[in-house]
Amino acid sequence: MNATRAVRWFFRSTSALVLAFMYAPLFVVIALSFNGSSALTWPPRDLTLKWWGKAIHNEGARDALMNSLKVAAGATVVALVLGSMASMAVHRFRFFGRDTVSLLIVLPIALPGIVTGIALNAAFTSAGIEFGLLTLIIAHATFCIVVMYNNTLARLRRLSPNLEEASADLGGDAFQTFRYVTFPLMRSALLAGGLLAFGLSFDEIVVTTFTASPGLETLPLWIFNNLSRGDQQPIVTVVASTVMLLSVIPVWLAQRLTGEPGAVTGGTR
Amino acid sequence: MKTARLAALAASVALVLAACGSDSSGSGATALDKLGTAEKQLNLVVWAGYAEDGSTDPAYDWVQPFEKETGCDVQAKTAATSDEMFSLMQTGQYDGVSASGDASVRLIDAGLVAPVNTALVPNYADLSTFLKDQPYNSSGGKNYGIPHGWGANYLMYNSKEVTTAPDSWGAVFDPASPFKGKVTAYDAPIYIADAALYLMSAKPELGIKDPYSLTQVQFDAAVALLKDQHGVIGEYWNDYTKSLSAFSQGTTVIGTTWQIIYNLAVAENPDLKTVLPKEGSTGWSDTWMISSKAANPNCMYLWMNYITSADAQAQVATYFGEAPANPKACDVIAASDATFCDTFKATDSAFAEAIHFWATPRTKCLDGSGDACVPFSEWIKAWTEIKG
Amino acid sequence: MSTSTHTVLPAPSHGAGRRLSRWLHTKPRARLVALIGAPAAWLLVMYIGSLVALFLNSVYRLKEDGSGIDKTFSLDNYHELFTTQVYRDVALRTIGIAVAVTVIDIVLALPIAFFIAKIASPRWRTILVAAVLVPLWASYLVKAFAWRAMVASPGGVLDTTFGFSPGYGVTALIVVLAYLWLPFMVVPVYAGLERLPNSLLEASSDLGATFAHTFRRVVLPVIVPSLVAGSVFTFSLTLGDYIAVSLVGGSTQMIGSIVYQNHASNLPLAAAYALVPVVVMVLYLLGIRRTGALEQL
Repeated sequence: MNATRAVRWFFRSTSALVLAFMYAPLFVVIALSFNGSSALTWPPRDLTLKWWGKAIHNEGARDALMNSLKVAAGATVVALVLGSMASMAVHRFRFFGRDTVSLLIVLPIALPGIVTGIALNAAFTSAGIEFGLLTLIIAHATFCIVVMYNNTLARLRRLSPNLEEASADLGGDAFQTFRYVTFPLMRSALLAGGLLAFGLSFDEIVVTTFTASPGLETLPLWIFNNLSRGDQQPIVTVVASTVMLLSVIPVWLAQRLTGEPGAVTGGTR
Repeated sequence: MKTARLAALAASVALVLAACGSDSSGSGATALDKLGTAEKQLNLVVWAGYAEDGSTDPAYDWVQPFEKETGCDVQAKTAATSDEMFSLMQTGQYDGVSASGDASVRLIDAGLVAPVNTALVPNYADLSTFLKDQPYNSSGGKNYGIPHGWGANYLMYNSKEVTTAPDSWGAVFDPASPFKGKVTAYDAPIYIADAALYLMSAKPELGIKDPYSLTQVQFDAAVALLKDQHGVIGEYWNDYTKSLSAFSQGTTVIGTTWQIIYNLAVAENPDLKTVLPKEGSTGWSDTWMISSKAANPNCMYLWMNYITSADAQAQVATYFGEAPANPKACDVIAASDATFCDTFKATDSAFAEAIHFWATPRTKCLDGSGDACVPFSEWIKAWTEIKG
Repeated sequence: MSTSTHTVLPAPSHGAGRRLSRWLHTKPRARLVALIGAPAAWLLVMYIGSLVALFLNSVYRLKEDGSGIDKTFSLDNYHELFTTQVYRDVALRTIGIAVAVTVIDIVLALPIAFFIAKIASPRWRTILVAAVLVPLWASYLVKAFAWRAMVASPGGVLDTTFGFSPGYGVTALIVVLAYLWLPFMVVPVYAGLERLPNSLLEASSDLGATFAHTFRRVVLPVIVPSLVAGSVFTFSLTLGDYIAVSLVGGSTQMIGSIVYQNHASNLPLAAAYALVPVVVMVLYLLGIRRTGALEQL
């Protein structure tokens, strides 16, 4: 579009400033991971690599990372199935309560995490359900459904119904139509939603605090517990820096696999 | 219409859920007579640093040796506050807890913990006598726990800014403090006792005898003092790293602290000093308690004995930074740190007896002065109001 | 389009799947139930059921000695909440902070989202989208702790670099919350702008509109649903926060801090107070339902 030079310049510089704002604290974290002092104080002094050395041998962090990956994977799968089922129902049928469904799906993410957390905690406790990986997956899946739902619903609305009709005309049954026609067309939307859900679960701390079992630490819980121990803080900065650097992979992956930058942000709807 | 139907459905689901839950009252639990075979598991609620298995720091591991010795697989859940410990114990999923005094009395009263048969804990005989049969770990002549370790709440200050060394808690309760915005206080309802302790000597006409047994008038005076203090508070702290970074950085210059925080902070900022003010101080003494619903009572007894052994005590005390309940641990520690037990005054019974250890206030006064004390539920509500 | 267009459909299968498919074809209601049953049941039982279980607690009471919950019906908690000043103050303060955070995030998100979607070259667009998304993956806790080191006064990063820092308190809290939730605003706004056809902008400027005019009259109306969607996040996340406030808020209390502190010590009161953010958010959601914002989340 033919924005004037001044307009372009304005947007370029404000964007640069906003990006600087977004990244400054991340650089502070990385800088602190080389801090010789064990308290998170500024400025870092006596630069050292010892925390990185210690972090590599930290079993707690490794176990926590594994737990986080398990929970995020489990929650994503459940949310993927439930979210896409709901979106197909809403897309294809007019039914009583249809409007309520979207509200119901949005609710777990629209209500503050602490409400969701203590509600699930109260329910699990009074129902006598033992806390563990399973309760975490249930809790995370609940607030991840909306991401899958919105992503797949948006894609379904863009799809031409003719394709599915053609499949039926050619003798494909409902399952075949789904498998060979609908699913491939939805693949990138599922992937984008899935990654978003995975990320949402991976970094969740509030609901997690209230639904984890004794001794079970996800990465955010591990970070939380270790940030409240004086001598562990620098190791946390190392782990956080590593996760930050590694997070480039899923973001890059999403862009590559979906082939369009917008897909990652749900921009394809 | 449809919302009503949804609500009705949801309500019925919840009622079923609620009905399935069990009622947690009933304190008829009795102590174990003799040890049976160890179960395979042990679920604990602990303060961070009380059950280290080497996953945080490979040099500190006293859980795995216990697991090898007894076959009890330990799962430890760390709690950040006494309130959290209490609510975790309410779930009935844990066998034991390392409770401070502001949780232990509640746990006893609620019937969530069972009496302990100290005969089954051989190391109990070695523990400091000033920690035994205290209001926070016994009730009605029955013992409810094994002492673990203790510490006082000191007054810490930054001598660069607080140039005249304070000797009274008045320094943090002055609403016109020159250090406005740089004062800190412990963030828990139990901190009201610190104000009461100060009023014991600052306003003797109130007649406060025990900071945990307050009449309504005494309580209101303490709360008013804290509301005034709120104006000069920079931030409250509940986990010790928050206090550590604030004092090291210099954003906080005066306030209540623990020995361990001082030890770590003074390494960062040599201007820091601590003092035990003339009014004395409050403090915490932690107790291992066994759940009245313990699924693994034998493992819990084995743990209580193990964790109070000289070797385990030495490791916990040095890692956590507290005075060990077992003085024999001092001999073990002395091999690597000769001054440790002196710093923490571990064997100084006169010092320990001057500390008003945390206890949970209740209507029936803890000091036996009557039935008109302000109960802890009011302390909790007041704390929210104090912080505004 | 994906590779499926080249796939030759295999011969129709026979057997159970086929029969089920045919049966479903004649019974649309059964198809509907099969699709919506599981998600609806999950959300009703797991989520609405849990909320009801929580709010049932709000009509119970804490026993006097704090040793448990007295399960007889009582409105004491609500009485307490309505008659004690602190709860009203904290609720209003929290909502005020949420509004401030939302406004800041909108102001920050608009230019960068517009730049990425409409001005940057495709190559830069890819890089910038990634750059906005990476902080979303960085631990929220660690970012909050980093801010604690940044706004510390004296001696924090801001203080040593720029010679000024707000120190711990409400100002720092608003900045930090705005920082933490910013990606949640940028992402929907970017997605909304991407959908806006460039031709529309060109048409506007061809007709002689200034850029500012185009932005106000063409761009803004189209992305209102996206802004509203972002505000759902910024609002709900702020209403529930108890971690950032304890790290950089100084002695400030928010709704989340009171709910968190009381959850362990006085669940009935915590449950009653948790109704405040729920009511705020539900009213908000009902208010924005018509804008189509709920589908942008």
